[in-house]
Amino acid sequence: MLTNPLTKNIGPQNTAIDLAGYRAAGGYSGWRKALAGDPGDLVKMVQDAGLRGRGGAGFNTGLKWSFVPRGDDSPSIKYLVCNADEMEPGTFKDRLLMERDPHLLIEGMAIAAYAIEARTAYIFIRGEYHTATARLEKAIAEAREEGLLGENILGTGYSLEIHLHCSAGNYICGEETALLNALEGKRAVPRAKPPFPQVSGLWGKPTVVNNVETFCNIPHLIDLGVDWYKSLGRGEDAGTKLFGVSGKVKNPGTWELPMGTPIREIIEVHAGGMRDGLKLKGFLPGGGSTDFLGPEHLDLPMDYDAIGKSGSRMGTGTIIVLDDKTCPVGLVLNLTQFFARESCGWCTPCRDGLPWAVKILQRIENGEGRLEDIGLLQEQVRYMGPGNTFCALAPGAAEPIQSALKLFEQDFVEHIEKGCCPYL
Amino acid sequence: MSSVFEPEVVEVMDFSKADRSTETQLSAEEKREIDAEFSHYEDKASVGLEALRIVQKHRGWISDQSLQAVSDYLDIPSAQLEGVATFFQLIFRQPVGKEVILFCKSASCWIMGCARLQARIEQKLQIAPGQTSGDGIFTLLETPCLGDCDKAPVMMVGEEMHRNLTEQSIDEIIDNKKRRHADESTD
Repeated sequence: MLTNPLTKNIGPQNTAIDLAGYRAAGGYSGWRKALAGDPGDLVKMVQDAGLRGRGGAGFNTGLKWSFVPRGDDSPSIKYLVCNADEMEPGTFKDRLLMERDPHLLIEGMAIAAYAIEARTAYIFIRGEYHTATARLEKAIAEAREEGLLGENILGTGYSLEIHLHCSAGNYICGEETALLNALEGKRAVPRAKPPFPQVSGLWGKPTVVNNVETFCNIPHLIDLGVDWYKSLGRGEDAGTKLFGVSGKVKNPGTWELPMGTPIREIIEVHAGGMRDGLKLKGFLPGGGSTDFLGPEHLDLPMDYDAIGKSGSRMGTGTIIVLDDKTCPVGLVLNLTQFFARESCGWCTPCRDGLPWAVKILQRIENGEGRLEDIGLLQEQVRYMGPGNTFCALAPGAAEPIQSALKLFEQDFVEHIEKGCCPYL
Repeated sequence: MSSVFEPEVVEVMDFSKADRSTETQLSAEEKREIDAEFSHYEDKASVGLEALRIVQKHRGWISDQSLQAVSDYLDIPSAQLEGVATFFQLIFRQPVGKEVILFCKSASCWIMGCARLQARIEQKLQIAPGQTSGDGIFTLLETPCLGDCDKAPVMMVGEEMHRNLTEQSIDEIIDNKKRRHADESTD
């Protein structure tokens, strides 16, 4: 039984970078199967399989697709967009998929476009990913050449064009409505929701935006079926996922593992545990915009709901490990500086709140903080919380701050009382 | 258990040497590349960022004249295009060096000691982030996470990724680039 559908073509030999290699490995059989069936059935299949968005939010992918209006009365133009703007601090999974198996993404997008009845699709890729861009460009050209994309695909009457859009930096473009504005050639500021993109998205047309890794799950899901896909997970959630570990572990890296793999196994077995002489103090389970968890959470499974119940988010599934010799206040300062710089400035809690939080964190780190700064930070974090902003940037930025204030409170107090950073 | 992701050698683009940065007309090649993008979008205005990227690729940066030329060609107000140009950090509205260093200081790189390495670059080139070295070769910019966190600390120089950086490797990378550009100018 296939247990590593996302990375089966990825290895030292790079076996499937071109179409011939991808086909030899069984590629595009999911696409052929999809084209033989009804688009509505594909949506239902993906929904039943329980595939959840791998960009971080974890929303059921099939359910998202089902919100797109269908049938003769629906708008004739619909769009599909791949979010390949990977910039979440500590996240290094989409780059791997696009560079090493570009056709897997193209096949997944083709099936998704057919399912939502879209005839134009875009890959919104960050400007720094030159290798991925070149390989995807070539993959699209090869697929067109073979009649797998373009007009009247494989004689079915269905047509699809996939275009690459190279962006030019800025974290906010990963937010789906900001991404749509950027694709329309505008400043990448988020839009108010509702209307949701599935109803009114790119140029006002129904649009689905999914993450690279989400699309890469589709071809095998369609080819091998719902039962197979569900059987891959070890816990509540279905399928496999790319998990990563960075920080001072012995063997940082990326691995495709079943959903529900315990965090301890990822950090201690796959990443080899902490470097000699270091202890794990805490970790961000899914990138920079998730809440810190502590050693007491190591036995949690990497499932969306399990991590959610513990007070954090699985996010992108790429773990940043904090060791006991690295200053937690310094790390939170670094993250907050990043979010403050990347704020698009559209709404006040983010534009003004984040630089203020940086200022407070900086003075605590410098040993010039006051005890009341802790309360001030907590207040700022509340203003940045969900419901007060257009998008998830500020609430995401608030997560590492609010959790660090709880988990590492003693470190904050020590900085203030000693008048210096005790880690220096 | 080793990671599936091992770094590869990447081909690097060759920048044109002639300075056309303040020309008020788009070249035939720039127009041809922009035209190819039109069919991908619903309207001309949507090509704004792509057009700026194309012109920047040929000219190194976007001068006021270049911005005006693009806005004329796309038939959109220059103020609107300026809003886009100044929003995106990889569109350069002032001259940059031949080698733009995108220095990653995201969480993973910070844990792995990137602050010390950034100080090394700043001291070696005598520049702060956003500035260009006196010889016009290097511009230093801070960038969002470059997505290679298991090989942290990392940076990009031009289109090349450099991973597992140390003070020594930074010295080598910069010295090699300096030598290459010195050789080119004496050719």
